[in-house]
This record gives sequence, structure tokens and C-alpha cells, in this order.
Amino acid sequence: MNNDIISPENLVYAKPELMNDTPMHYCAGCSHGVVHKLVAEVIAEMGMEEKAIGVSPVGCAVFAYRYIDIDWQEAPHGRAPALATGIKRLWPDRLVFTYQGDGDLACIGTAETIHSLNRGEHIAIIFINNAIYGMTGGQMAPTTLLGQKTATCPFGRVPELHGYPLNITELAARLEGTCYVSRQSVETVAAIHKAKKAIRKAFEASMKGLGSSLVEIVSTCNSGWKLTPVKANEWMQEHMFEKYPKGDLKDTTSL
Amino acid sequence: MEEKEIKLMKGNEAIAHAAIRCGADGYFGYPITPQSEIIETLALLKPWETTGMVVLQAESEVASINMLYGGAGAGKRVLTSSSSPGIALMQEGISYMAGAELPGVIVNVQRGGPGLGTIQPSQSDYNQATRGGGNGDYNVIVLAPNSVQEMADFVDLAFTLAFKYRNPAMILSDGVIGQMMEKVVLPPQKPRRTEAEILRECPWATTGRSKLRAPNIITSLELMPEVMEQKNLHLQAKYRQIKANETRCELTKCDDADYLVVAFGSAARIAEKSMEVARAHDIRLGLFRPITLWPFPEKELQNAAAGKKGILVAEINAGQMVQDVSLAVGGKIPVAHFGRLGGIVPDPEEIVNALKTKLIDNE
Amino acid sequence: MKTEIIIAGFGGQGVLSMGKILAYSGLLEGKEVTWMPAYGPEQRGGTANVTVIVSDERISSPILSTYDVAIVLNQPSLDKFMPKLKPSGTLIYDGFGIVNPPQRNDITTYRIDAMDKAAELKNAKVFNMIVLGALLKVYPIVSTEGLQKALYKTLPERHHKLIPLNMQAVEEGMKLIE
Repeated sequence: MNNDIISPENLVYAKPELMNDTPMHYCAGCSHGVVHKLVAEVIAEMGMEEKAIGVSPVGCAVFAYRYIDIDWQEAPHGRAPALATGIKRLWPDRLVFTYQGDGDLACIGTAETIHSLNRGEHIAIIFINNAIYGMTGGQMAPTTLLGQKTATCPFGRVPELHGYPLNITELAARLEGTCYVSRQSVETVAAIHKAKKAIRKAFEASMKGLGSSLVEIVSTCNSGWKLTPVKANEWMQEHMFEKYPKGDLKDTTSL
Repeated sequence: MEEKEIKLMKGNEAIAHAAIRCGADGYFGYPITPQSEIIETLALLKPWETTGMVVLQAESEVASINMLYGGAGAGKRVLTSSSSPGIALMQEGISYMAGAELPGVIVNVQRGGPGLGTIQPSQSDYNQATRGGGNGDYNVIVLAPNSVQEMADFVDLAFTLAFKYRNPAMILSDGVIGQMMEKVVLPPQKPRRTEAEILRECPWATTGRSKLRAPNIITSLELMPEVMEQKNLHLQAKYRQIKANETRCELTKCDDADYLVVAFGSAARIAEKSMEVARAHDIRLGLFRPITLWPFPEKELQNAAAGKKGILVAEINAGQMVQDVSLAVGGKIPVAHFGRLGGIVPDPEEIVNALKTKLIDNE
Repeated sequence: MKTEIIIAGFGGQGVLSMGKILAYSGLLEGKEVTWMPAYGPEQRGGTANVTVIVSDERISSPILSTYDVAIVLNQPSLDKFMPKLKPSGTLIYDGFGIVNPPQRNDITTYRIDAMDKAAELKNAKVFNMIVLGALLKVYPIVSTEGLQKALYKTLPERHHKLIPLNMQAVEEGMKLIE
């Protein structure tokens, strides 16, 4: 049977080879799928398919290892940077990265995040910040915005009760161990291109041993936010970017 | 014949030297009394300049055990060490390592608890060590050294067992053995494994996926209960195999004894002297020393205990191993417990007195 | 032959290092040795003690109920360890600061004034070597040659120039025993 959609002369876009055909468990409209694709593309473009070791978190991305065909370790909640430290110190020529959400990276794993970055471990951290706990059903995250409603702050986040949103990426930029800290998003084609460049730079900086890199992807969680995917993107642009402005926060790599 | 190199050092220092010599790839740890000499000695010896072994002071015991998880998951020979409160913090990571079937070595130089407790010696982590310690149905292989020499020898043994069964192994020591200096003959320097050797020995490890194989995934997660049950059954079968093959113990003067003292680690050293004292008073006392605490040498104890008048379990806790001893002898022989708490180490005569008052006088 | 020794005093008097040198000397002479310190904050100004066993045979317990020899360098240590001496055991104590002198008739007691001797030598740091000299005069557990060898083996090279001074202190310590 001839299917001319996939005949080579008609091909305008292909799934990255490292992405397998396992159906994703992510909600329709979620940013994770796009970021997974970018990670898979960058690894392949760098020719690191046989050298890449990913560390997945606890949270929505716990199953990241199901979708990208490289070696993976799944970490205890928040400990991904510690695992990555152990792996990279012992296999310095491997590409070692973590992929973590806001609860994992900026709450339960804050110590591991800050200290691995501060030691300048030659690892890259991909940080998905959607300002909510997706997997457990929409509870408050450390990055939840003031006024934002979640299952555990149903009347909106107020500092007197819940403290302030944590801008951990800005903290990371001030640490001497980091060489590249950037904040991106993936809601438009242009944004996706920029995010990919940032991920590539982070991975290359880690392989060149320049220090630690952190790429935050400001993301949507339309399920947790109880919005349609389109509305979620709009809400992110209107509210998230103000507290979490995009762009490079630090770049000492000369890459 | 080449003369053996005899050194005088602390148990903690012996652990550090032995780790380098048995070709360990990495140590990750956090200082805590009474075991900080382990990381201090490693820092002084700078093995990264000789064997290439990595030594890293982590930000916490939680981070240490997770660096161990990462390193072990990538096929490397890695160890960590701590003392009781720090080991308590590591339990999450140890459970994950057991679930993901990762080999790694954890050294616990015990101090008294609960809580921050005391920095003085104790054996009160016996239950924690031998019952798993974290969440879920799992076991850790537990070795109890009673000398500086065994501190040195058990590092390589722990690695061998850990890799043989893809399971965490623990050296359960205490402040006495860690701080004491004795003669020790260090093992010869073994080279660290080459990349090719690691790939051959650990085809399951995350070393980077070659095109010849599917991705290796290290995880303890499985959401389907049916699959998770199978995974648990596989673990249980492995533990049965370890129980069948790996029990170790030492018997001293048990054959002609009327009574046995059962003790491990530093308490076994003290009890050995108690045995001398008792025999000088015409009490025929023998010493049964479990070397593996898990698996517990049940059958060996049953055999040694047959026909004895009584068993005194001497441990530096409120009565933990005594439960395993009672289970092993199955109520056939009177079993009593003697222990000191809170960092007090019993002296040899206290144990003899306990034998008299708790067993001999009751006959 | 087995000698079970407790050395006790204030932290900073060199109690632990004295024990270490003794243990190492024993090791060099082919004996079995254990060195078991009371560890912890008492190293910083409180009381310090160490149990040293030197033996021709295997040593069982590093923790003891009673001792052959007690070397005590302050009153609290004297009060604590004199009762734990075996009958016909040996007590060596420094007289400095002792208000309640030892009273046991079934042991041999030597009072040494090592603190005064160290002051006389104008070197407080060799105090513990003076005490060690006294011990070796009473109990020749190891030879002075063995001791000197142990010092060369245990001290870092930059301190080797201090060894003659330390050996002189040992000689002075021996002279304190009548």
C-alpha cells in the first residue's frame, strides 16, 4: 500500500529517531512532549546517542525513560542532581542530564539542586516549571504564583499562608558553579527554536566541562490549571512570564 | 617469602585504605562522629591521583546515598559511610537501590540513639539493618566486623556480594571498632575495572546505550500491581538464595560449652574476654558470633545450641538480635538478653554476671 | 605475657598520643596491640583516656573491667581508675594537682612529678614522654630502642629533629622511678 504522506519527497517533518512509538501518558496540550522531542533531537544532533544518560524525576516526567531511547535512571523524589553527580563523576565522558519538574527540583530537591550547581558538576538540568503539581492532581508548587488557585491553596496563594513563589533559576545564576542559566518556553515555533538552542548549549557546556547548566522551560499544565491548551498558553504568557521572564540569565560559556 | 605489611590503624582508617585497594571507583559521604576518619583518610590519600577513585563530600547523607545510586546504576563500585542518624537519612535511597537492584556498599559506624542520641558506641541499628530499614519488602546483606582487620577485609567482601546479587550490602560496625587501633594487614592493591570489564560484568548498567542493545532503565517504579508483584517475588527468590548461600559465623569453644554467649561486632570481642573470665571460674562458656547479621546464621546456631543449658545474647542495645536467636532455637533452650544502652559499652565481667544471674542462678 | 593499661588525664596532656606510641612500639616488637580511646568532646579540654593492651597472644576485648597498670594524670582519673586496678597492679600518677592521694595497699604505687620535670626541661610538650619513660622503667613492655624506632615511624619527617629531645625526656622519666 502506498502512503504518499510518508514518501520521502513529501516528508517535511520527522519524529526524532531517538523518540520511540510508545504512546505518551502526558495530557493533550502539555509542554513535556515538546521538551522531550527537543532533548531527543539535541542528543542525536550532537551524536551522543550512545553516550547519553538521562535522570528522570518523580512527578509527571517520571516516565521520561519510556519515550527517549537512551539509558536512563529514575531518581527518588528530588535527588536527580545527586544521581547525575554520581554518574558524571564516574563516567566523565558521558552526557549526563536531569529532567525535573518544579516540585522535584525547587522543593523537595532544593538542596541537591543548589549544591550540584554550586559544585559546578558537569551536568545539564532541564527544569520544567508549570507552577503546579501535575501528577498528584494540581496542588501548590514552590513556583505557584501569588493569587493562583490550586488544590492546596483553593482560594489562591497568599504569602502569609503559603510563602512566596521561589525563583530558583535566578538563584542558580548567582552560583559560581553555573556557566549557563537560561529560561525559555515552548508555546510557539519561535520559542521552541530558542528553547532547543538553549538545551543544546547546556549539553555542550557540560561536555566541555565548563560548569553546571540549568535550562528552565516555563510550561503549561492545562489539566492542573483547568484551562484548554490554548487558554493555558495565553495564561502562561500573561502571568508566568512576568514572574519568570525569559532569556539567558547567565552565560559564561562563549559557545 | 614476601613479608606482610603490618600497619597500626583505626577501623575507620582501614575502611578507607581497603576501599582504595579493592579497586573502588567512588566514595560519597558526609562527616559524622564517630566515622569521619573514613572520608578524612580518603581525602589525605588522594586516590584520584593514583587509582582514579573519586572521593566527594556530599551536602548530606541523602545526597550521598543518591550519588551512590547514580554511580551503582552506572555499574561502578561505589561506597558511602555514616553513623546511625545519617544512616537513618539514607534509608530512602537504600530502599530505592534494593528496588532497582543496585550493588553498593554502605558502612554504618553505629552510635547510640534514638534521635541525635550520643556519639558513643552502640549496636542499636541491628533491627534497622537486618529488616530492610526503609519502605517495602527488601533486605540488605549485613556484615558485622569485630576487628580492624575485618573492617579492611569486609570492604571487598561486601562489594563481591553486592555485585553477585545486585543488592546493597552494609558493613555494620560501631564506635568501638571504628575508633580502635589494631594491627591490620591491608589487602593488595587491585586495579579498578576497565570500561570493557564493567560493560561485561554489568550489562544492565546505564553506561550509554550501544546500538547493539535496548536502553537500560534503572528504576524501582512499576504502577501495574501484577507486574510489581512479580518483581517482588523475584526479589524474594533472590533473598532466599542469599540466605541459602551466604550465612557466615564464627564458633569459639562451643563444643564443650554448657552455655553459649551470642554476640556480634564489638560485643563479640568483649564476650570473648567474658568467656575467658567464665572459664577461669569453671563455667564452660562458648561464643557464637554471627558475621552475617542478614542472612542470620540460623541453622549454624541451631546446631551449636543443641544440648546447651542456656544462651545469653550480649548486644549493645535493648534486645534486638535476641529475637533472631529465639526464633532460631525455637524455645528449646532458655534465651536471655544482656545489653547496655545510650552509648555505654559493657565490660567483660558484666556479661559474666548477667550469665550468672539470668541463666545459671535460675536453674 | 599480656599487659592491660589505662592512661587517663586531661585532654591536651598527650594521653592518646602516649598510648599510640606505646602501641606502635609493641607492634614493632611483634606483639599484639589494641588502642581504644574514649572519644568525643572530652578531647577538647575535658578528661581523656585510652586503653592500651600489649600482648604476646591474641587480644580478645579492647574494653576492660580491670587493668594491670593505670597511669593517671589528674584527680578525676585517679578517682575513676584506681578502684579498677587488679590486686598487685601498678599505679603511676603525676602528683600535680592531686589533693586526695591514692590509698590502696594491694597495689604498687609510684608518684612521679613529671609536670615539674617538664617545667624544669622548659618543654611542656614532652610531659607525656616523661610519663612514658617512668612506665617503661617499671614495666619494660617495650625497649627504649623500640620506642625510638616507633617515633621515627609514626612522626612525620618534619618532626624527626624533635626525637632526640623526646628520648631525653623518656630517660628523665625513667630517673623519676626510684
